[in-house]
Amino acid sequence: MSKIKAENVNVYYGSKQALFDVSIDIAEKEVTALIGPSGCGKSTFLRCLNRMNDVIDICRVEGSIKMDNLELNSRKLDVVRLRENVGMVFQKPNPFPKTIYENVAYGPTIHGIAQSKEEMDQIVEISLKKAALWNEVKDRLDEIGTGLSGGQQQRLCIARAISVSPEVILMDEPCSALDPIATAQIEELIDDLKKEVTIVIVTHSMSQAARVSQKTGFFHLGKLIEFGPTDKIFKNPDNQQTQDYITGRFG
Amino acid sequence: MNSFKKNLLKKRYNAERRFQWYGKIAIGLALSFLAVFMFQIFSKGYSAFQKTWIVTEVHYDKELLLIDAESPSKDDLENADYYDVAYKAMTSLDPGLPEEEDRQLIQMVSYKYEAEVKDLLLKNPDYLGKIVPIKLTASDDVDQVHKGNYPRDIPEENRRVNDYQLQIYDMLNERGDILSEFNISFFTSPDSREAELAGIASSFMGTVFSILVCLAFSFPIAVLAAIYLEEFAPKNKFTDFIEVNINNLAAVPSIVFGLLGLGVLLAVFNLPRSTPLVGGITLSLMTLPTIIIAARASLKAVPPSIREAALAMGASNMQTTMHHTVPLSMPGTLSGTIIGLAQALGETAPLILIGMVAFVNTIPGTPVDPAASLPVQIYIWSESAERGFVEKVSACIMVLLAFLILMNLAAQIVRHKFEKKWS
Ligand SMILES: Nc1ncnc2c1ncn2[C@@H]1O[C@H](COP(=O)(O)OP(=O)(O)OP(=O)(O)O)[C@@H](O)[C@H]1O
Ligand SMILES: [Mg+2]
Repeated sequence: MSKIKAENVNVYYGSKQALFDVSIDIAEKEVTALIGPSGCGKSTFLRCLNRMNDVIDICRVEGSIKMDNLELNSRKLDVVRLRENVGMVFQKPNPFPKTIYENVAYGPTIHGIAQSKEEMDQIVEISLKKAALWNEVKDRLDEIGTGLSGGQQQRLCIARAISVSPEVILMDEPCSALDPIATAQIEELIDDLKKEVTIVIVTHSMSQAARVSQKTGFFHLGKLIEFGPTDKIFKNPDNQQTQDYITGRFG
Repeated sequence: MNSFKKNLLKKRYNAERRFQWYGKIAIGLALSFLAVFMFQIFSKGYSAFQKTWIVTEVHYDKELLLIDAESPSKDDLENADYYDVAYKAMTSLDPGLPEEEDRQLIQMVSYKYEAEVKDLLLKNPDYLGKIVPIKLTASDDVDQVHKGNYPRDIPEENRRVNDYQLQIYDMLNERGDILSEFNISFFTSPDSREAELAGIASSFMGTVFSILVCLAFSFPIAVLAAIYLEEFAPKNKFTDFIEVNINNLAAVPSIVFGLLGLGVLLAVFNLPRSTPLVGGITLSLMTLPTIIIAARASLKAVPPSIREAALAMGASNMQTTMHHTVPLSMPGTLSGTIIGLAQALGETAPLILIGMVAFVNTIPGTPVDPAASLPVQIYIWSESAERGFVEKVSACIMVLLAFLILMNLAAQIVRHKFEKKWS
């Protein structure tokens, strides 16, 4: 089933066009990987899905992006509600310089999800457990989140993102700052999460895309060159450019 | 290594060594200027923290006090006539002196000596009818003689203390009846025309009130302006124009703000003249741009990743700003504020214009009472010709410096202690 349906999305930074007629169907409760050489517009597209491009003054988005038939690229859209439903994990771990507990509790607090302290404790615990961080931090929830290791910080950011039970999680190179062990943990996490959540992940690692995703989209120079089941993209792509990129002949 | 390379290397090392030397010389010069300045101030000012007393005996004679009652009440003591008793206390130092020369003895103590005689009896009613020793504030001339600030070997007509008075002083000093004690009244008394009585209580409180008023006006306005400009305002020509003007405002000479205070606060709004309220508002015009600039710089220093994190969690712009950006920028904003206030603390010109230079011999209890301020007090005293005020000027500078050092220390502590680290 399709969760997000983008049609003819064009994005401009000032007069410079960054995305050209991108159309894509993102399936529900699957992992979709976006790959492509640096500067091809993966992040730009990802940020269209939770309207983070609004933050950039010169950025202009055209086209239609529908999530469950709700038009995202519309002035009338309540961005706050959208971002409650579409969480995001960034390339560089960016926990708040607050306690671990406060980091996870922030989303539920501002969206009024927990009715009581007990409920909030529950949410924090479940989120940290899902992010495979609970055992490491359960005794020091009141320590500052920025004091954790890089991998732990990124899992904290994932816990923060899932604390409001979003339907979609966007991940922009979540493992680029992590070592192989932390990367493996996060990949395992993604595998678990996809039972409940739709995940879109940007990655520079072919093997990671192959391991975690069901669908893969290949971007090049702002265009979506090819999109399809991960198996097919990696084993038998239709497009020559895709073939070249995957086999490491450019990019 | 060939010789060319060797030469080059040597040159580089020499250049570095030379550069370090220039730096050291510069720092050494700066430090020695500071040392000379400090030495000047301390060597001149430390004696102001000592107060000279003349000890004599007073006879609380009921007759001279004009008290009739058998057991006089507090009111009787309050209303008694102390003139003769006080007068006798001083003239008893030299009973042989002809009456028309008495003034010479009386001049050796402060003009408030009668009040001091009265205070002692009011505090100890059982002294009535007895002869007791009493400490009287020495006149500033005797005070200066005792502190050795007054040359004794110049011709008598050029001296404020004549030979006879010096003789009495020497006699008292030999008897141990000249006392030198810590000068509490320097901190507890308001200004006075008489150097021996003048203190900084009025100007100190004036400064404290001015700074508080200044903080109360400038901090909220500046922080809100900074937050709006940095986080919410669209970036266009108009906001650029505002930014340029704020920077210009920070460079406007402070006396111009004084004129503004005079023309607007006093003339248009009719606020009370010579008060810390007006002084504080005038100073806040000066600190406003300093705080805005500091607050904007520290808002800008909050990494965008924190903002993105909050926004991506679904926080509104307002929530992102209030929950994350502003708290993280507070240490920088606060230390900027303290530095702005420290600048305001030393301001004299604008305060003189709004009338805080008036002679105030009461201690202000509220910001709407007339008051001076420490730097203005320094200015007022430095205008006085009397020798006794010279040491007071230096002492007042020392108090002001201590105030400044404390504030800068506070700024440092705020900056280092509350600065949060982010990844
Ligand atoms: N804030 C911005 N202002 C102007 N141009 C931008 C901005 N962000 C991105 N771009 C441009 O848009 C294009 C796509 O950038 P984007 O960040 O989406 O690439 P990417 O595929 O995520 O690259 P990478 O793999 O290096 O992260 C690039 O050419 C880039 O220069
Ligand atoms: Mg990117």
